[in-house]
Amino acid sequence: MSAFLSYLIHGVCVGCGFALIASGIIIIYRVTRVVNLGQGMFAVVAGFTATSLLGAGLPHVVSELMAILVAAAVGLLTGCVAIGKRGTHPQASLIATLGVGVFGYAVEILTWGDQPRSFAGLTGAFELMGVHVSTQYVLILVVTLLVFGALELFFEGTYAGKALTACASNPYAAALQGIGVLRMGLFGFALGGALGGVAGVLLTPLQPISYDSDVLLFVNGFASAILAGLTRPVFALAGGVALGVAESMVAGYSKASYQSSLALLLTLAILVVQATRRQALHTVEE
Amino acid sequence: MISVESLSVRYGAATALDGVSLHVAAGEKVALIGANGAGKSTLLNALSGMVPKASGQVSLSGRFAHVPEGRQLFPDLSVDDNLRLGAFRVRDRDPAWIYELLPELTRMRRQLAGSLSGGQQQMVAIGRGLMARPDVLAIDEMSLGLAPIIVQQLARRLSLLNEQRGLTLLLVEQSARVALSLCDRAYVLETGRIVAQGSSAELLDSPFVVSAYLGGPHEGAS
Repeated sequence: MSAFLSYLIHGVCVGCGFALIASGIIIIYRVTRVVNLGQGMFAVVAGFTATSLLGAGLPHVVSELMAILVAAAVGLLTGCVAIGKRGTHPQASLIATLGVGVFGYAVEILTWGDQPRSFAGLTGAFELMGVHVSTQYVLILVVTLLVFGALELFFEGTYAGKALTACASNPYAAALQGIGVLRMGLFGFALGGALGGVAGVLLTPLQPISYDSDVLLFVNGFASAILAGLTRPVFALAGGVALGVAESMVAGYSKASYQSSLALLLTLAILVVQATRRQALHTVEE
Repeated sequence: MISVESLSVRYGAATALDGVSLHVAAGEKVALIGANGAGKSTLLNALSGMVPKASGQVSLSGRFAHVPEGRQLFPDLSVDDNLRLGAFRVRDRDPAWIYELLPELTRMRRQLAGSLSGGQQQMVAIGRGLMARPDVLAIDEMSLGLAPIIVQQLARRLSLLNEQRGLTLLLVEQSARVALSLCDRAYVLETGRIVAQGSSAELLDSPFVVSAYLGGPHEGAS
């Protein structure tokens, strides 16, 4: 029982990280219709930046916040490359984000080397029903809930949130209403970068990151985003947690190496199901 | 209100508008008639600044709102959100007066715009255009794909706005019948040039307009 509970708690927290990655993917998609393959990189950059700043003697919180800002800036730059040229098709932008991600590897290796890095998060732990729970887990949970609450309020409840959504819903009509579609898209990328950054600084203390950690982060984040239908960040929270728990259980009760295959399998299954449903919808429309 | 002088617009090698001049005074109801590909939508897009002009002058006084061809709503946002987003450039974003003007929209305010019928969508599109508090409202192909009765209803509302609030109307139509019955004056556009202009009565009498845009003299006379 206590093994189950500890897998569950671990799964929920890792799932929160996936959900944060997913929320970035969803927001960028919602504003620009671009699936950002560089989303994992934002987390890696933030994790590395935080280790460097902490290593340079800056206090916690300040280091993490600055790392998130750096990730937001990287997000903005990715956006400039991906959608900066007017009239770029979302699929061309998708390839551009992949290019930025690969370029990111080079920059990361030159700056931080190719060895995994980490930093200590919140120290301390407590007992919950016989399970040893790290305080960092609680931090992850609280920050994630706050971030998702804020995103929900912003996108569903504010005019700016609606205007951002309108940009992807119909870019031409949005421009006709005077909405700066390009500016909004870049804002979406910067926000996506910041969210990736939050995931990065929260997850790095749990598991050291290296330049190529972005692949696994993206795969899990994308799986969670797909579970949420790429629409509302809040659904991604459910998707991410479900995926995190499932992976944690698989790793706990069978082999740890199976856990990332689970995300890929799940993504594949959902994409196949959605593709067939889309087909059905199109047939009805015709 | 609108003054266009020898405007030309090109898409690559293709010339969409070739030296078009057009003037609309405040409070007028003016139609722009033409077949598919005549350059009508291009003219509106040039007025909205959505396409760059190759040469010529465009000047607009007052606020200009453009209801585009094919409604172009935000399908995954509610009717209410669609209306509010029409007011992006202005301060007053309360759509209450649109619901008074188009009461049919009230009961679908929470529905997604993409789920509405063509006529309902056109109403939302016009409402969204009005939310910008325009002095000039340009509507591209209002009647396309709509039942005549719906078109009549919409036309009546627009006429009322023109009379009561002094809203200037620029209607772009393939259907000369609808356009000429609603507007006082019209321009006829063919392959990027103005080929005829005059009052609706004059154009209805012109053999050229009757044969080209009203389906021949027999039907035109009826």
